[in-house]
Amino acid sequence: MTRRIVLRAALVTLVALAATFLLDPYWNFQVARFAACFAAVAGLTVLVGLTGQLSLGHSVLMAAGGYGYAFAAGSVTGALGDSPAAPYAGLLAGLLGGLVAAGALGALLGAAAARLHGPYLAGLTLALVIALPSAAVAVPGLGGDQGLGAPFVPVPDALAALMYVEHFHAVVAIVVAAAAVTPLMLLRAGRQGLRMRAVLGHETAARLSGVNPGLVKAGAFTASSLAAGLGGAVIVMATQSVSPGAFGLTFSMLLVVGAVIGGLGSIGGAAVGAALVVLLPWAVETVLDQLPAGLPPVLAQRLDGNLAVILTGAIVITVIAARPGGVAQLLTPRTTARPTASHDTER
Amino acid sequence: MDRLVFLVAAGLAHGAVLALFAQSLVIVWRANRVINFAQAALAVVAVYAALAVTAVSGSWWLGAFAGVVAGGLLGAAAERGPMRLVPTHTPLPGIIVAIGLVMILQAGLAIAFGPEYQPVPAPLSERPFVLAGIPVLSPYDLLVLVVAGLVMAALALGFTRTSLGLQLRAAAFAPETARLLGVRVSRMITLGWMLSLATAALAGLLLVPTELGLHPHALDGLFVQAFAVAVIGGLDSPAGALLAGLLVGVLVSLVSGYLVAAAAPLAVLALLTLVLLVRPGGLFSAAKERAA
Amino acid sequence: MTRPTTLTATTALAAVAALALTGCSTPGADGTEQVPGVTQDTVTIGTHTPLTGAAAEAYAQISAATSAYFEYVNANGGIHGRSIDYIVKDDGYNPANTQTVTRELVSEDGIFAMVNGLGTPTHTTVLDYLDQNDVPDLFVASGSAQWNQPEEYPNTFGMNVDYVTDGMVLATHATEQDPEATFCVLGQDDDYGGDVLAGVEAVVGADGVVASETYNTSNPDLTAQIGAMKESGCTHAVLATIPGFTAIAMGTAAQLEWFPQYLVSNAGADVESLAGYLGEEGAPLLEGMLATGYLPTGQDNEWYELFSQINDEYNDGAPLTGTAIYGYSVGYHFAEALALAGENPTRASLLEVMESGELVGNGVVPNSLSADDHSPYHAAGITVVTGGEQSYTGDAWAREGDTLSEIELEPKPVENEGIPTGE
Repeated sequence: MTRRIVLRAALVTLVALAATFLLDPYWNFQVARFAACFAAVAGLTVLVGLTGQLSLGHSVLMAAGGYGYAFAAGSVTGALGDSPAAPYAGLLAGLLGGLVAAGALGALLGAAAARLHGPYLAGLTLALVIALPSAAVAVPGLGGDQGLGAPFVPVPDALAALMYVEHFHAVVAIVVAAAAVTPLMLLRAGRQGLRMRAVLGHETAARLSGVNPGLVKAGAFTASSLAAGLGGAVIVMATQSVSPGAFGLTFSMLLVVGAVIGGLGSIGGAAVGAALVVLLPWAVETVLDQLPAGLPPVLAQRLDGNLAVILTGAIVITVIAARPGGVAQLLTPRTTARPTASHDTER
Repeated sequence: MDRLVFLVAAGLAHGAVLALFAQSLVIVWRANRVINFAQAALAVVAVYAALAVTAVSGSWWLGAFAGVVAGGLLGAAAERGPMRLVPTHTPLPGIIVAIGLVMILQAGLAIAFGPEYQPVPAPLSERPFVLAGIPVLSPYDLLVLVVAGLVMAALALGFTRTSLGLQLRAAAFAPETARLLGVRVSRMITLGWMLSLATAALAGLLLVPTELGLHPHALDGLFVQAFAVAVIGGLDSPAGALLAGLLVGVLVSLVSGYLVAAAAPLAVLALLTLVLLVRPGGLFSAAKERAA
Repeated sequence: MTRPTTLTATTALAAVAALALTGCSTPGADGTEQVPGVTQDTVTIGTHTPLTGAAAEAYAQISAATSAYFEYVNANGGIHGRSIDYIVKDDGYNPANTQTVTRELVSEDGIFAMVNGLGTPTHTTVLDYLDQNDVPDLFVASGSAQWNQPEEYPNTFGMNVDYVTDGMVLATHATEQDPEATFCVLGQDDDYGGDVLAGVEAVVGADGVVASETYNTSNPDLTAQIGAMKESGCTHAVLATIPGFTAIAMGTAAQLEWFPQYLVSNAGADVESLAGYLGEEGAPLLEGMLATGYLPTGQDNEWYELFSQINDEYNDGAPLTGTAIYGYSVGYHFAEALALAGENPTRASLLEVMESGELVGNGVVPNSLSADDHSPYHAAGITVVTGGEQSYTGDAWAREGDTLSEIELEPKPVENEGIPTGE
């Protein structure tokens, strides 16, 4: 089982890496964003789908990973000075820093979350998202609304003939996302996944069979946070900056939308959901750009952007109404006998 | 001391609005077991309607009445329309539909009315009475406190003492049993949404004159704080919403006054965490937690 | 379970093989010497600005005005025969979107330059990217000192009067008028509030500021802050606030029966916008408000007439607020820079113009752009509101390091109907 999952993950990663060669710098940047969102949505989908804990705050966990990255990468790169290896040592340190920061926050939240039922956890995590900009201002060293810069990671000399900067960043992002998501897949398929489903199915029954629901839930939350944190770290690597505005409420809600529309509990669904988060605004905007010109400027400006938001909302509603179990329902027609939080698949 | 009195008074007035909006979230939770994430977007549409009526009739009061009615109708429309598109036995599809609805409504308002703030004058003076040299509540603050208090009292009585209230609660807690007993569950759920949105619209109407003006996003902050309030109070508890609303209102005012404004959301988060650690179901949680 | 794996494997290997051969994304593909964004008859530039979300209400009119100005220029033959194509991308004031749309502008749309990218928290996050891609980054819409680091960001230039000058001019004017003046400051909790406060303190000393309060844009309730300022007993209230919060501050103070002399930083002082927020009842509060300005203000000048005509013809007659005037002025500044950059502009020639000291602009104070100064305005005049109209009093100062010197306002004439020729 484990071998099969790792093999499959490695193959998908290879395909994704190959695909980056086909893209221009802008699309490779989008690939990096997608990879980051994929890690976060995958973390969220496992958390919600398998343990039923609804977190609205995964953008904050990404931000924690991002700030962790900026701090660690910044200090290590700075300490190594002009050494050619400095940026890459910084990159590794940054990813580790992101893991530590997101893991610590996730473990704290997870400990609290284990005692809370659905909407109460939702309320707590929502308040967390709202508090992020305040924390950035109130906690010294986080740089307020402007946030922090992160060191630039150039293309290594060995690859310089082969890649643009954006291409290299996309490659790093894909590898990191694979490293974030594969453990989630193993977790989901293994004993721990079984325990999570048991807790979701019937907490008391699970307890009777020797499973500690609090521990399982807190563990799931922490694992999910680590994935989100890696996603945050890698996007900060690609954009060279982390600021609270980039991880706000709208983005956090979009991550939830991505997880649900993709299909809760499904990693493939998370990929679809993450693609939706990254691509839908662009796709709608592109379609709307084809609209005839000649509208009065004031109206044109009001429509610009807003019309895209309306269409996005309509698409979200349509998809969820047509497929309450998410897109994953289409991908795997009958094999979803495993219980997930959306047991409404068979109707 | 002067400062303290002033800040507490200001906090209470804001807290009353918070409590009222939180109340609306509690109502819809009790009626339908959902958190309506589109509450602010729907309520702000009702406030736009109220402003339009005020502009035509010249009367704030008539506008406010129209706004509350519009809120009720929007509540029914939302529940009968988009919310019924998805199954309700798990909360997530409903949340996703609500998020989609928020996008449509807010962007729609921005297209229809532009992104500008529309100034909304208060019906009563906002200059506070000065008691012993300390400015305390203004006539408008008093109106807010009185209206919020009356509405919450009426809702509490309605839910506990009338047959309709009983039917509403029965439909929410035990839909199957209630149906057997002849309660028209579906109608009750719609009614719950109507009551909820009418209350939310009223809270929005009371808030907007104290802020910059009306804007598609004018109630977003209110929703987020009110959600925290409802959770602190215990989602099932109207009394909890009232107490937690006043508590959070005063807390925010004191923190902004004595520390810095930016710390206010952190203080709310800290209070929320503290309350949930001690009482995972909120301050006024029922003795037994429901397992689902 | 086995079958899908084999299938994935086969597809994967095939894809890897196919792609390794093509290698489309490898560098070196474009060897042409063409100037990005410049063709025979067009110059393509872009910006990021909020058109949706809460920040749109204050700022969406800027890019609309700038676009209208370029349409006017294009309808009259363009600059050196090239029309200006101004691509406005909505970022919703969200840094994550700014990063995406900026990359889209640079690598998909191939812009010649970024012009008037809006906002400190947003633009900060693309400074490095624009620098690394050698994209001229002109007239950033904010007065943060970050845009003025010629060593680190040689391609980046600001637009707004710098916030320290802003605070110094306000405080200097107030102390000259009234030596007994005591100050309190309400500032946004970022560079903006911090720099204006630093400017005020540079003039009156740290103990000259009896109360210093901050606000965060997420919380529109200023009761606590205004209460504290009132209690401090200051006579002059300095507001380093964005327009919405200027209005809230004044409204809240009026509710508390407090009517200090207001000294408002340029970025939050547009009287038309403020009157819009305050409504009919609140508008009288604006009477006597003192503020800083560096662009043509008030209706009694040629620039207003010019922009008013363009506004009617190309911007649907939208309200011609101070914010819109700012947008028009940005358009003029860029058009002038482009005209000066020669018949066949390159990024290098454009940047040369920016540092040459030749660029004049349409400000009422001297333009200080040079090789070691990438912030065009270190000087400001004082405006006052009388009868609902904002106009210059004639008092103006320029900053040189930590000191101010009094200067005369020097409005620039409108030449060639507001279309720069580069001569």
